[in-house]
Amino acid sequence: MTELMIEVRDLKKSFGEVSAVRDLNLEVFKGEMFGIIGPDGAGKTTLIRMLCGVLEPEAGQGRILGYDLIKEIDEIKKSIGYFSQRFSLYGDLTVDENIEFFAEIHGVSDYQERREKLLEFTRLHPFRNRLAEKLSGGMKQKLALACSLIHTPKIIFLDEPTTGVDPVSRRDFWKILSDLVHQGITIVLTTPYLDEAERCSRVGFMNLGKFMAIDSPQGIKKFVSDKVIELIPDEIGRAYKLLKQISEIKELQALGDRLNLLVKDEKEVMGGIYELFEREGLKVKSWRVIAPSLENVFITLQKISQG
Amino acid sequence: MSEEVIIVNNLSKKFGNFTAVDNISFSVKPGEIFGFLGANGAGKSTTIRILCGILSPSSGKAMVAGYDANREAELVKTQIGYMSQKFSLYEDLSVEENIIFYGGIYGLSFAQIEEREKWIIEMTGLAGSEKRLTRELSVGLKQRLALGCAVIHQPKIVFLDEPTSGVDPVFRKNFWELINQFSEQGTTIFVTTHYLDEAEYCNRLMLIHSGRIIAGGSPGELKARYITNPILKVECDKTLEALEILQKEEWVLEGSIFGAYLHIIVREELEAKNKIKEIFSERSISLKRVDRIMPSLEDVFISLIEKEEQSNRL
Repeated sequence: MTELMIEVRDLKKSFGEVSAVRDLNLEVFKGEMFGIIGPDGAGKTTLIRMLCGVLEPEAGQGRILGYDLIKEIDEIKKSIGYFSQRFSLYGDLTVDENIEFFAEIHGVSDYQERREKLLEFTRLHPFRNRLAEKLSGGMKQKLALACSLIHTPKIIFLDEPTTGVDPVSRRDFWKILSDLVHQGITIVLTTPYLDEAERCSRVGFMNLGKFMAIDSPQGIKKFVSDKVIELIPDEIGRAYKLLKQISEIKELQALGDRLNLLVKDEKEVMGGIYELFEREGLKVKSWRVIAPSLENVFITLQKISQG
Repeated sequence: MSEEVIIVNNLSKKFGNFTAVDNISFSVKPGEIFGFLGANGAGKSTTIRILCGILSPSSGKAMVAGYDANREAELVKTQIGYMSQKFSLYEDLSVEENIIFYGGIYGLSFAQIEEREKWIIEMTGLAGSEKRLTRELSVGLKQRLALGCAVIHQPKIVFLDEPTSGVDPVFRKNFWELINQFSEQGTTIFVTTHYLDEAEYCNRLMLIHSGRIIAGGSPGELKARYITNPILKVECDKTLEALEILQKEEWVLEGSIFGAYLHIIVREELEAKNKIKEIFSERSISLKRVDRIMPSLEDVFISLIEKEEQSNRL
């Protein structure tokens, strides 16, 4: 049976008048990569910080690795890693020294071997004597990850880990995360990039302080009951302008050389489009129904939550 | 025939011994949403600075909106607008005051500003918020206002620097809708970014690496033309074990967990499919399906850069 790593019930947190997290429930199992998505201000960061024991919940209860979220915070902190954009490295310390520093903070006295492994794992070996401030953005991020893994945590929380990182470093970072899952570490992360959410074993869409939907990236797509048509016209600008006026198209998105249309009935709408294009002297080069993207899911769920 | 609004010919820029931009040529049509892609340090910002008339090229020529970006820099500046993620709005001014401020900077008359303000408020959907302080606006509205201010002087070209990286998908979608409206009205949109999800919105893309243009085309063309090694989506049980086994095979170039599936990059599609079936049945891993999938723009981008770096090493 799969082991329950995180279990919280009716979790709540407000800041003054604003309730950031309300009556939130969540279960995460061993070896999962759980992705949290949602609009700005949905409560994602507040939730992560509560799960890490950085922020005390106002109400609710929970267990992280079997430890009580309220009473056994110190135990929790010893067994988890936390990484965010605000993670602070010491610019005037070397790569090696930064890791050593975090080892001391976590009370890991015998860190040498672990450090070697982490340097190898993050491919930072050749740079071990370089000052942190002289590293590129992608390398800094990998060092920060290494620092947050020094005490061999069982769960690692990542808050927008790849914001501002270039694609090559981002790909590299995801390889490392994939290896971590492989080693049996449970990962909980927030991301504004929906292509990253596609890589998770489960995705939770959060809005107004709670989860509206939790499922696998494939499963969560069932919330989009409409069809997505990908249409390639011969003149994208004019086609976009014309299709904007068709009320049967619920969403219209111009993507470079193609259009994405959200519709109820693809045959009916395409029939209309062929006629319209004929009259206006435009051509449909090709069209097909494609699987909804997580972006379609995101937009649909947000609409539902706004009523 | 539509005249090109940006024409770059054999442009180079050297800083000492370092060649930031190495003999590049390209052109952009009016109304086009043109994406200029590259990692940090690829030569992106240097090129833009030359196009905006801030930096002189070492050799070659850039014509922007009919003017020579080097010799007629002041005229170029009247024809372009610029907006970046780090919005240049004044947070403690109201929406209206920001618009007036930018109108003043671009030297518009009071009557012109008044007319343009009306237009900006309508375009950006900020009606009713004219008197609100900018800091009280949502990120999405701020972004729209920043774009409005960048086009107050009706420039022919707007430069957008990573306009929607990391923002909420709903904001992003609305923002690109607005950009599409500008482009329809004939404004050329020049987007620089290293985020491939932004690149998907562009009509045409150019990829710059180590100062040189290494690929160009529409997003669809790039995916079709620059074939990457085949990417297979494998649906099976015991994914972790399966990945471990596959990664040891020499025909598997790369593998990672992707939700409930594995994505593996292989040498050759048919060979790989057969071998997967063989290996899985030996190890009693049950294989549900294996399909070749379309590469994403990010896959194309990374594969192009890797090829380029390999050939540089040779």
